[in-house]
Amino acid sequence: MSRTGLNSQRRWLKPLLISSGVVLTLLLLVVPLIFIFVAAFSAGVGGIWQNLTEPDMLHAIGLTLLVAGLTVPINLVFGTLIAWCVTRFSFPGRRLLLTLIDIPFAVSPVVAGLLYLLLYGSNGPFATLLDQHDVQLMFAWPGLVMVTVFVSCPFVVRELVPLMSTLGTEQEEAAVLLGASGWQVFWHITLPNIRWALVYGVILTNARAVGEFGAVSVVSGTIRGQTNTLPLHIELLQQDYNTAGAFIAAALLTLIAIATLVVKAFLQWKLARTSD
Amino acid sequence: MSIRIEQVNKRFGDFVALEKVNLQIKTGELTALLGPSGSGKTTLLRIIAGLEQADSGRIHFNNEDITGQHVSERGVGFVFQHYALFKHMTVFENVAYGLTVKPKKFRPNNAEISKKVHNLLQLVQLDWTADRFPAQLSGGQRQRIALARALAVEPKVLLLDEPFGALDAKVRAELRRWLRRLHDEIQVTSVFVTHDQEEAFEVADRIVVMNKGAIEQDGTPEQVYDTPANPFVYEFLGNVNLFRAKVKQGQTTIGKVQLASPEHTNGKEQDGFAYVRPHEIDVLIAPSSDALKVTIDLVTIVGPQVRLEVLTVVETNNDNNNEQQLIHIELPKDQFKALQLHQGDMAWIQPRYSKVFLGEGI
Repeated sequence: MSRTGLNSQRRWLKPLLISSGVVLTLLLLVVPLIFIFVAAFSAGVGGIWQNLTEPDMLHAIGLTLLVAGLTVPINLVFGTLIAWCVTRFSFPGRRLLLTLIDIPFAVSPVVAGLLYLLLYGSNGPFATLLDQHDVQLMFAWPGLVMVTVFVSCPFVVRELVPLMSTLGTEQEEAAVLLGASGWQVFWHITLPNIRWALVYGVILTNARAVGEFGAVSVVSGTIRGQTNTLPLHIELLQQDYNTAGAFIAAALLTLIAIATLVVKAFLQWKLARTSD
Repeated sequence: MSIRIEQVNKRFGDFVALEKVNLQIKTGELTALLGPSGSGKTTLLRIIAGLEQADSGRIHFNNEDITGQHVSERGVGFVFQHYALFKHMTVFENVAYGLTVKPKKFRPNNAEISKKVHNLLQLVQLDWTADRFPAQLSGGQRQRIALARALAVEPKVLLLDEPFGALDAKVRAELRRWLRRLHDEIQVTSVFVTHDQEEAFEVADRIVVMNKGAIEQDGTPEQVYDTPANPFVYEFLGNVNLFRAKVKQGQTTIGKVQLASPEHTNGKEQDGFAYVRPHEIDVLIAPSSDALKVTIDLVTIVGPQVRLEVLTVVETNNDNNNEQQLIHIELPKDQFKALQLHQGDMAWIQPRYSKVFLGEGI
């Protein structure tokens, strides 16, 4: 084909690609997003207030915050330890460990939930042991925390590993040579260098913990006012034909998501600046 | 503080980094570990520091065995090639770090720390940078800060891993002289790793040449340069020409050229390789019976020096098949101008001095 032919082809290709991109974004993202708020506000301010203060809704909000509030610190500590382990030491199985960390991303959350249910539920191998000590994991908040920790555990690790690999070990070695102890090295040298990536990992973990549906729905049993998180509550409200209530809860989750995106964008900008 | 290294071995998987290394470093000496990359010099330095553990062998500081001692207890100062300054701390905080992490019992008070840090910054002539961050300093300045930081804990031994490797040529030369003067001033036993022979010669009291995990030679710069222990050392310490030679009763014959080599007194004729440095060759314009006939192939003028590449025909063992050999020659520009030689001209060359190693060479 001649050069001009290629150019003329490009002339209509470029606007076509751009406009289809814009149209798809509008149809798939922007319109639904706006619709959530429109539908939520259709109940009026009084309706919103009534729905928000309803006991089951308040309990769902509280439970969601509890699950996220426990998941984030657990994964923060766990993720930092793993990242430290794989970037600061070399041992057999190091690559395997790095691959295993990604399993929660590869496995469907429903499968993860089911696995936990079979393993720690009333028919699982630990059932007698858990019964003896009067511990209920499944269909209770500990189960929700367990599956949420599982599905969101790669975020912190995946943020830290590339950064800690590029940082290298020289600064830490220098600190040890100057007489610093292991803790001092971590607090004085490692943590200040990874803090923004760590916060970024926390933001992502939190977003996932708040919004998780699949894994949580399997182990929760959706007991109203007891084991219902916000995403599960939305489904229940929808099934109750309380469309306004469902959209109000959805709007709440959407607000959290938007806030997360804003913080994320700010941190990305900050990270890019500090890594220069 | 003297350092004694005994029978140290280190492997990384299948790669032998150090093999049966023995070395003694005297108190107050500035020693260079010189060798190509992969020769094990950095590994040896890191083993002395305690950053790596030897697979076997012992390390002694003054007669005390410190092989099992942790890095933080050895009291070594270490300077990294890429400075390894704490980038989120100011220069002052960097230099003070070793003092501030001391256990409370031994930690000096803030006034003492401040005084000491400023004294060190004065020593490295960077007192005015105390409140800056490492990113605001040049490479040479950062390395001097790194040195001040290492000296703050009054190390018994100072170890430097390619300290000038990341700097440009001019700053590197400046810093080399500065390090030499600083060492004369503070007299702490120091070991530095380098792959640059010029750097080792300029700075060190003593040079340890390493290759493939073993020490090839160990001596003063003059000893190492003038009497290289083996072909590797000879070749590593600067450009060199290699000639097939025959040796008999203290006489070396390269083609028609006769040279004295009193170290080989065997009456029987032996094959060997004669090593001749580029600046140890005379160039003649008139034919001479005891010179090699050459053709000038390339003339390069580098400042006051002229580098010649000349070609000569050498007889190989197979008589019908003579091959050409490239010889590098260096001579002062004035001398070259006086010869009035040009590319393509014929000339005759005479090595003034050579070092002969018997056997098939390397």
